[in-house]
Amino acid sequence: MRLKYPATVKIIRVPCTGKVDVIHLLRAFEKGADGAYVVGCMEGDCHFNSGNLRARKRVAQVRAILNTIGIGGDRVMMYNLSSSEAPLFVKYAQEMTARILELGPNPIKLAGKPPAMALQDAEPISATGT
Amino acid sequence: MIVADKKPIEEIIEQVKDHERILILGCNECVTVCEAGGKKEVGVLASSLRMYFMNQGQKKSIDERTLERQCDHEYLEEIRDSVDNYDAVVSIACGVGVQFMAEKYHKLPVYPGVNTCFMGVTEKRGLWSERCQGCGQCILATTGGICPVSRCAKRILNGPCGGSTRGKCELRRETDCAWQLIVDRLKALDRLDDYEKLAPLKDWSTDRAGGPRRVVREDVQE
Amino acid sequence: MSVKTPSKLEKILKAGHMAVTSECGPPRGSDPNEIVEKAELIKNHVDAINITDNQTSMTRMCSLAACIRLKLMGLEPVLQMVTRDRNRIAIQSDILGAASFDIHNMLCLSGDHQSFGDCPTGQNVHDIDSMQLIQTVRYMRDEGKFLGGDDIHRPPQMFVGCAANPFADPFEIRVPRLAKKIAAGAEFIQTQCIYNLDKFELWMKLACDRGLHEKTFILAGLTPFKSAGMARYMKNKVPGMDVPDEVVKRLAGVPKEKQAAEGIKICIESIQRLKEVKGVAGFHIMAIEWEQKVPEIVEAAGLYPRPVVD
Repeated sequence: MRLKYPATVKIIRVPCTGKVDVIHLLRAFEKGADGAYVVGCMEGDCHFNSGNLRARKRVAQVRAILNTIGIGGDRVMMYNLSSSEAPLFVKYAQEMTARILELGPNPIKLAGKPPAMALQDAEPISATGT
Repeated sequence: MIVADKKPIEEIIEQVKDHERILILGCNECVTVCEAGGKKEVGVLASSLRMYFMNQGQKKSIDERTLERQCDHEYLEEIRDSVDNYDAVVSIACGVGVQFMAEKYHKLPVYPGVNTCFMGVTEKRGLWSERCQGCGQCILATTGGICPVSRCAKRILNGPCGGSTRGKCELRRETDCAWQLIVDRLKALDRLDDYEKLAPLKDWSTDRAGGPRRVVREDVQE
Repeated sequence: MSVKTPSKLEKILKAGHMAVTSECGPPRGSDPNEIVEKAELIKNHVDAINITDNQTSMTRMCSLAACIRLKLMGLEPVLQMVTRDRNRIAIQSDILGAASFDIHNMLCLSGDHQSFGDCPTGQNVHDIDSMQLIQTVRYMRDEGKFLGGDDIHRPPQMFVGCAANPFADPFEIRVPRLAKKIAAGAEFIQTQCIYNLDKFELWMKLACDRGLHEKTFILAGLTPFKSAGMARYMKNKVPGMDVPDEVVKRLAGVPKEKQAAEGIKICIESIQRLKEVKGVAGFHIMAIEWEQKVPEIVEAAGLYPRPVVD
């Protein structure tokens, strides 16, 4: 459909969001991602039965870890849509980008740096399996 | 198998916060099966700790390694050459592994990353429950294969107590009354008459009460 | 029937009388007067008084000390002992302590789990279970020996009892369980409080069919309800309790100020019905913190005055 979505979103394609594990999301943040979100099929419609349900639980786990270690659990999200819903994909991308811009950059990058650098480093990453 | 549960990360942070070079050491056996201390968990813990300390402005080196087991000399020897690179190890093996690390690497601080809970079964993924407490004198033959020592909250040997309600323990509704299970099993085995046999006083000297235990097999020693 | 101990309770039962016992909970402190006052209220209306042992795992003055207090008043105590808090050394030791004050009745119990009480983080012991406790006391009395095999100087002369719960699950083993306790050496039984009279009568019938009523003395347990609220609480929140809906309804159908009196009435009616049931050798009236009602119940049930035995 050639709809535009924010250029700061990098897509990593997976055959099913069930393939995304906790460590993948954590490593993204470890390497400096400001946000990460997982886009899977509608619940009940997973091509592989329940991969998207596993993804949801793992996203929840990552959220809890990020909250505990002070990075902020709101930086990670789970979204569901069907593969034909391109406008919804765009909407999620915009929503996530706006949220991350508001949250600011990944605090790891700021640790030890003066506050002025804050706004220039926003880079959400998305893993999508639709 | 031995079932353990991850310690809250806050506790682990508190343990290692003053060390600079840390090794997270996992185990490929029991704790992998109960998803508390295997290779995956090592990765998640290491990554979380790195991010936490980076966020605090502290640069720590946190390495990851998973051994086949931490309860046999051969496997723990595998890290002999690299232990000098670390000033602390967080072992996410069961309590046995943590202690064996401490014994073998006398000058290296080792911290537990999991709470070791019990010997039990995987009822289904994500649910593990206790079956054995290692009393040292197995009486399963008399109880149809269900242990009143580990599965009865009062370890009653001539049960059930008066609190058994609809097959559940008075303690927690999710817990089966061990004696209900035993009665059902004896019935299924057509051995309900065995119920009236009085179980004798237990010899607890082979249990924890008798002090730390050993099994010695001279026939296989060198 | 010949008696084996100096127990007054044993004498009364073996003489063929219906026995009446009651119970007092020791105070949550060290004031002996609380026991004295409760005992004074009921002493002429019962043959023996049970003293509970850290009931529901709430820490109280120990049963043994309170039993000694009763003994000093010239009354007949029943020492309740749970296996939750003591190992076999302490158990034998406490039995000898009781025997040294000529306490002659003991009730052997497991005890509620400590998580119900004020020390839920504590250990429990259960070195031996209640059935093995019965065996232990009988062994100390009849063989005159410690569990370890040495002779006891002046063995305890205990009349040994235990509890039975006709209403706990599974029902199918409740009578075999009674048989087991008798085989272990239980000489008298005090049941859990009865509200479902039909079920109790069924249990009694099954017990009598096996001749168990001739091997032990079964005392029917009763607790008068103070209110419909109490009935509902016991129905829903207390494990091993069977409170039929009709009983709750009967209490709820009466205005609040009259519910206590109705509860007493139900209790008296139960005694009158159970008196006629084969195998019932007496009653154990548990009116915890309501001891002042025991005389009224005993008298209205036609069980007063209490028999005198030498």
